[in-house]
Amino acid sequence: MSLEKALRTNKFVITAEIFPPKGINTASALKKAEALKDLVDAINVTDNQRAVMRMNPMVLCHQLVHMGIDPVYQMACRDRNTMGLSSDILAAAALGIKNILAVTGDYPLRNGKVLAKPVFEADSVQLLELIGKLEKGFDMNGAKLESTPAFVKGAVVNPGSEQMDLQVLKLKKKIDAGASFIQTQVVFDKDSFKRFRDKCSKMNAKFLLGIFPLKSFSVAQFMAEKVPGVKVPSKILERMEKTKDPLREGVDIAVETIKELKSYCDGIHFMTMNDEGLVREILSRI
Amino acid sequence: MILTEQKKYDEILKMLKGAKTVFIVGCGACATTAGTGGEEQVKDFAERLKKDGKEVIGTVVVDATCDNRLCRKNLSGHKDKLDKADAFLVMACGAGVQTISGLVGKAVFPALNSMFVAKIERAGKYYEMCTTCGDCQLDRTGGICLVTRCPKNTLNGPCGGSVNGKCEVNQENDCAWALIEERLKQINKVENINEFEPVKDWTKALRPRKMEK
Repeated sequence: MSLEKALRTNKFVITAEIFPPKGINTASALKKAEALKDLVDAINVTDNQRAVMRMNPMVLCHQLVHMGIDPVYQMACRDRNTMGLSSDILAAAALGIKNILAVTGDYPLRNGKVLAKPVFEADSVQLLELIGKLEKGFDMNGAKLESTPAFVKGAVVNPGSEQMDLQVLKLKKKIDAGASFIQTQVVFDKDSFKRFRDKCSKMNAKFLLGIFPLKSFSVAQFMAEKVPGVKVPSKILERMEKTKDPLREGVDIAVETIKELKSYCDGIHFMTMNDEGLVREILSRI
Repeated sequence: MILTEQKKYDEILKMLKGAKTVFIVGCGACATTAGTGGEEQVKDFAERLKKDGKEVIGTVVVDATCDNRLCRKNLSGHKDKLDKADAFLVMACGAGVQTISGLVGKAVFPALNSMFVAKIERAGKYYEMCTTCGDCQLDRTGGICLVTRCPKNTLNGPCGGSVNGKCEVNQENDCAWALIEERLKQINKVENINEFEPVKDWTKALRPRKMEK
C-alpha cells in the first residue's frame, strides 16, 4: 500500500528507514529494502543523517520506486539553499517520488571541527512551505513553473523535548505548512509521549511513533547521552544493563512501548539502523 | 565592537619573511578595547620583532583604523618612515588592515584575526550578538537574535535537541529559543512567535556591502 493510501484510509501505518551507501553501490541498501517491502507502507531514505556524508538519497528513492516500494525522500535544510532544495524537489517529482520528509538536519560539527559549511537558509517549516509553493506552481521567488509537483509531505518532532510547548508550536506551523504525517524522534519515555499527544490532540496529521530497538547497554547509553533531546528513562537503562540477552530486552522494550502507545498514535516509524529483521520480529509481537 | 584576536606570532614572522624594516600600526578603537592592538600590544610586538632581527622603524596607534580620514591624519607625521618601511604590520580588524593597505601602497600584513561583532561582558568575555544581516528582526524575538545565536537559524521554533536550556550544537551556549521563550513571557508577548516566519531575504547582505549618501 502507498503511504498516501495508508494515511487516507486510516490504516495503522508502518514505515522504516534505510541509509544510502557511503560509496556508489546501492545493492546492499536495496536488499534491506526488499526484506522490508511486505512489512511496511513506505521506506524513508535518510539524507546525510547525523551529518555523515553519504550518497544523495534521491537515487535510492528512485530505485525503490522501480521496485514497487513507496519511498519517503528525506530532505535536510543543512546542505542546500532554497534554490538547491527547490531544484531537488522538482527532480524528485520527475523521478516518481511521492513523499518528502522535511527535516532541519544535524549540525555538521564533530569533535569541534566543522565538516562542511552549514547552509540552513530555510528551516524545516520554511522547507514545507517551499514545497507547498512549488505545488502551487511557483518557485521561491514567485516565478511560474512550467509544470508542478505534488507530494505527501511529512515532518518530524521530538515529543521528549524539554521544550514541549515550543515543539508543539513549531509542529503546528509544520502542519499549517502542509505536513500530513509526523514521524517522531525515538520514544522511550511513554508518559512524556502521552503528555505530548494530549497537547497536540487537535492537530490534523497522522503521528507515527518513532521506535528504535536497543541492542545493548552501550547503545542505550549513547542514546541517552549523545543523541540531542532523546530521553531514556533510568528504568530502561537499568534493564539494558542487567539483562543477559540485550537484543531480546531491546525488542521487549520496543514491543511494550508500542503496545502502550498504540492508541496514542496512527502508526510506527522504525529506526533499526539497517537491521530490518527486527521490524519483522517486533511487528509479529504487537 | 569588532572583536579581534592576535595571530600566532610564528605565523606573523612567516608573513614578514624578507621584510627588513617594519612599520607597526595599532588601532585606538576596538583592538584597544579588546587588548589586541592598542599602545601596549604595539609596543610588545615591536620588542619581539626587534629580538627576531627586524628593524621596527616606527609605530603609530591610529584613533580608528577603519576611518580613512583618521589614518591619513595619523600617518601624515611619519612620512619618511613610511617611505623606508618594507612592510606594514597592522594590529586591527580586517577593515583597518584594508584601510591602511589602500593608503600606503606597500606590503601590508594583518597581525590579528577578525572574529565577530561582540558584546563585552567583561574583559576577556566576549559574545557574538549580531550577524549584520541588514534586516533586524529583534522586535519579534524579544531582543534575542536567532540568525546569530541559533546555529541552525531556526526562525520558526527550536530544533528539538536542546537539553537544560542549552544548545545541542554547543552545550556551553544557551538555546536561543529557550531565552526567547523566557523573555517573551516576561514581557507578555508570547504571541510574537505564533506566526509563520518566511525565509529571510538576504538581499541586504549581498557582498561587498556599501552605503553611499
